[in-house]
Amino acid sequence: MTAKSKDELLHDHNHDGVDRRGFLKCMAWAGTGAFCIMQGGVLKSYSMSQMAQMGGKVGKGELSFVQISDSHMGFNKAANPDVVGTLKTAIDKVNALSTPAEFMLHTGDISHLSKPEEFDTVDQILKGATPKDIFYVPGEHDMLNDDGKQYLERYGKNTKGAGWYSFDKKGVHFIGLVNVLNLKAGGLGTLGHDQLEWMEDDVKHLKSSTPIVVFAHIPLWSVYPEWGWGTEDSAQALAYLKKFGSVTVLNGHIHQTMQKVEGNVTFHTAASTAFPQPEPGKAPSPGPMKVPAEQLKSVLGITDVNYVHGQHALAVVDSSLA
Amino acid sequence: MRRIVSTAVLFATTFGVAFAGLRAGERNISAAAQQKPDATEVKIDNFSFGPAELKVSVGTTVTWTNRDDIPHTAVSTDKTFKSKVLDTDEKFSFTFSKPGTYEYFCSIHPKMTGKVVVQ
Repeated sequence: MTAKSKDELLHDHNHDGVDRRGFLKCMAWAGTGAFCIMQGGVLKSYSMSQMAQMGGKVGKGELSFVQISDSHMGFNKAANPDVVGTLKTAIDKVNALSTPAEFMLHTGDISHLSKPEEFDTVDQILKGATPKDIFYVPGEHDMLNDDGKQYLERYGKNTKGAGWYSFDKKGVHFIGLVNVLNLKAGGLGTLGHDQLEWMEDDVKHLKSSTPIVVFAHIPLWSVYPEWGWGTEDSAQALAYLKKFGSVTVLNGHIHQTMQKVEGNVTFHTAASTAFPQPEPGKAPSPGPMKVPAEQLKSVLGITDVNYVHGQHALAVVDSSLA
Repeated sequence: MRRIVSTAVLFATTFGVAFAGLRAGERNISAAAQQKPDATEVKIDNFSFGPAELKVSVGTTVTWTNRDDIPHTAVSTDKTFKSKVLDTDEKFSFTFSKPGTYEYFCSIHPKMTGKVVVQ
C-alpha cells in the first residue's frame, strides 16, 4: 500500500467531513462509543447520537454480531480483582444492544492459566448471553502446558489443525485463525505453513464481492513488534485476501481498541473484559495496567459489528462497560 | 591490677580477632567474585529476564522467579530445560551439569529472551 493510495482512502471524496483528521477523530472515539463504517472505500464516522437517528434505516438483511475478548478468567491481581463481575457486565451489555446480536466471537484468552475451572466459569457466564452461538479462537493463555489439547476438546470440535475454521453467515465469510502456538524465541505470533495453505484453499472458490471477516487473538498487523504485538506471517494470509472488496480483521490480545485501514482491509482490536494494557511503548512493559477503580469499566468493553447487505460495509462499534 | 591487664589483653585479642575476621571475610568475597557464579537467580520483571545473561559454573542451580502479574515460562531453545507456567511469585530451578551456552525464552511471550553461560 503506497502513501498515495492511503491518502486517497482517507481523503474527503464525498465532502462528508471525514478526511484524515476525521479518521483520527474516529480512532479517538474508539472505546467511548464510536461508529466507523467503510463505504465504497471511504471511512465514515458517526457519533452514537447520529447512529440512533440512523436506526430506522437499517433494514432487513442486516447481520449483527458481537466480539468479546480477553476475559482472563482466574486473573485476580490489582488491575482487576473481579474479572467475573466485569465479564458479567459485558454480557449484560451484549444483551442490552438495541440490535440483538445473532452470535458472538470470543477472540481468545478466555482463561488466565488454562485451568479447567476457569473455562467452566466463563462457560457458565456466557450461558447468560442472548446470542447462543459463540465462535472461539484461542489466546496463548488458553493453550498453556498442553499445546491446546484441552482448548480443542472444549471449543474446537469442528475445527482443523490447531483450531482454525471458517463459516458463512448471511453471505459473510468468517475465518477463525490460530496464531498463538509454536512461538519462536524472539518472534511474534505465528500462523504457520499448514494453516496458511488451508486458508488459501478456503477462500479460493469465493467471489471477490464476498465480505470477509478474519478473527484471531494476536493482531494480524504490526501494532508494536517490540512487545510482540503482531504476527510473523500475517502478510501471507492477507495476500490471499487481496481480491476481496471488503475485509475486516478482528483481534484481541492488546487489551485496548485500535483501528487501522489499509486498502480494503479494516483492522480492529477489541478491549478486554478483564483489565487494560498500556498504549504501545507508553510503559516499561505490556503488563496489566492499574487504573483507579472507578475508571476500570471505562477501559474495558465489547465490540459490536454490523453488516448491511448491498452497502458493502461492516460497521464496527466499540462500547465501554462504563 | 592483674585483672585490669587480663581485661586489656582480652579486649585486644577480641578486637584483633574481629579485625582479622573482617579481613578474611573481605578476601572470601573477592574470591567468590572470581570463582563462584555471579548470581544463581533470575528475576522476571516487566516482561524481561534479569539478568538477561548469566554466567555460572558447572553444577550451579539457577532459580527463576516470576514477579510479574502475568504468567511466564523459561524454556531453552534446545529443549534442555522447560519450566511449567509460572504464575506470580512461582519459581523454577534447573541445575546445569554441562558447560555450554543455553539460550532460553518465554514460550508465552517469545520477545522475552535470556541466556545462561555455563563454564
